[in-house]
Amino acid sequence: MMEVCGSSNVTLREFGCEQSLLSRPDGSASFIQGDTSVMAGVYGPAEVKVSKEIYDRATLEVLIQPKVGLPSVRERSQEQCVRETCEASLLLSLHPRSSLTLILQVLHDDGSLLSCFLNAACMALMDAGLPMSCLFCGVTCAIDADGQIITDPTAAQEKQSRALMTFAIDSTEHRVMMSSTKGSFSVYELQQCIAVSQKASEKIFQFYRDSVRRRYSKTL
Amino acid sequence: VHPPCFVQPRTAEPLEYHRSFLKENCRSDGRELSEFRATTLNIGSISTADGSALVKVGNTTVICGIKAELTNTTVETPGKGYIVPNVDLPPLCSSRFRPGPPGEQAQAASQFIADVIESSEVIQTEDLCIERGKLCWVLYCDIMCLDYDGNVLDACIIALLAALKNTKLPEVIINTETSTPEVNLEKKQSLHIHKHPVGASFCVFDDSILIVDPTSEEESLSTAQLTVVTDEEGQLCSLHKPGGTSLPGEKLQECISRATTRQREIQKLVDKVINSVKTAQ
Repeated sequence: MMEVCGSSNVTLREFGCEQSLLSRPDGSASFIQGDTSVMAGVYGPAEVKVSKEIYDRATLEVLIQPKVGLPSVRERSQEQCVRETCEASLLLSLHPRSSLTLILQVLHDDGSLLSCFLNAACMALMDAGLPMSCLFCGVTCAIDADGQIITDPTAAQEKQSRALMTFAIDSTEHRVMMSSTKGSFSVYELQQCIAVSQKASEKIFQFYRDSVRRRYSKTL
Repeated sequence: VHPPCFVQPRTAEPLEYHRSFLKENCRSDGRELSEFRATTLNIGSISTADGSALVKVGNTTVICGIKAELTNTTVETPGKGYIVPNVDLPPLCSSRFRPGPPGEQAQAASQFIADVIESSEVIQTEDLCIERGKLCWVLYCDIMCLDYDGNVLDACIIALLAALKNTKLPEVIINTETSTPEVNLEKKQSLHIHKHPVGASFCVFDDSILIVDPTSEEESLSTAQLTVVTDEEGQLCSLHKPGGTSLPGEKLQECISRATTRQREIQKLVDKVINSVKTAQ
């Protein structure tokens, strides 16, 4: 169930994805972008703690586990980004008073980690069969010292970059769902990065489609 | 004739209540969609801190105190000092916060402020170094919310900027004979502020209506939130949208241009308050 996506004009590193690789969670996926690798597991809909219960929709909890050490403030802020993106695409009102838990385990970080979290999360939610209004994907863009835009940068490229932006793009209208940036940049550069990310998102959604089709088809 | 109504529409159907105003292009507190609440600023409010500021945006009140300490430089960055921001949302400011370790919102806000400091280069950390590889300043920026009525991130950035502008550091000379630092409290110098980042926050209602400077009620009913931070050169320091419903490009553009005008307004306010304190002395 492993596959790889090549690169043309918008260069992304090689992708890999595997779904249902864990037996205990209701949905699981591992997502690989170059050397960056994240494993995701989804539990739910399950019973919810009374203190976290929401009367008209499910409570989504996202936990990010770093490779070493305990989750810190940075992980909290990434958890918030992933959670609110998932909340917008999941139809949570179909499961009122229940809990969904999404666990993201970093296996290796070689840049574009937040976008890898988003991609792994989307694949795991799909694997869990949860109703969603749209899919989403994460794209990271780095602007280097010469003003060149690099999509899906490695950790070394991230370090050399002047600005770093991560967007979550939805699959229906290719709009920006989530945005998290570092460094300063002009409005024009932002618009360019959004346009490049939207282009890259089409590739990622095609990859989602191919990998799910391969998984469910009997002939391949 | 209407039946007697015992429940306020605001408490019974808050979303419908707000929608009825937004339909008429205004908001429940009488503001227009792109209007900020009155912003007031007071600096030097804490006499024991090295720099401080109190900001009110409508009812939202945020206080920032800056404490400077001498410390050893780190091995990775021998020529730099560092800045440690911390945002505290205590149970005092709203019923939604519980006592105990900081919750997700407080932690995410701290991270956001740290990112803004780093991205905007409001202070160059090289300026905080006293002797390369040995001694530097560390600035602890403690930001505390006293009253939470929405849009706490904007208020935090204004409080931080004003407090940094208010900060004065004493001169430090390293005694060559004993190689111990000597602090001259008589001679104090202001920090060099390189950039003036200012934020503008927005809420999205019903996936399409954009409002600025949301109150806490509007925040809880909205489908997405977004904060744009710009500096005086019109460069963006942060476009922070932690999720929620998606936004088309035109709407983002609208937010950015509103943020640029807000930056000018706030920078003017900060400069005015700083000057008024200077002339009073």
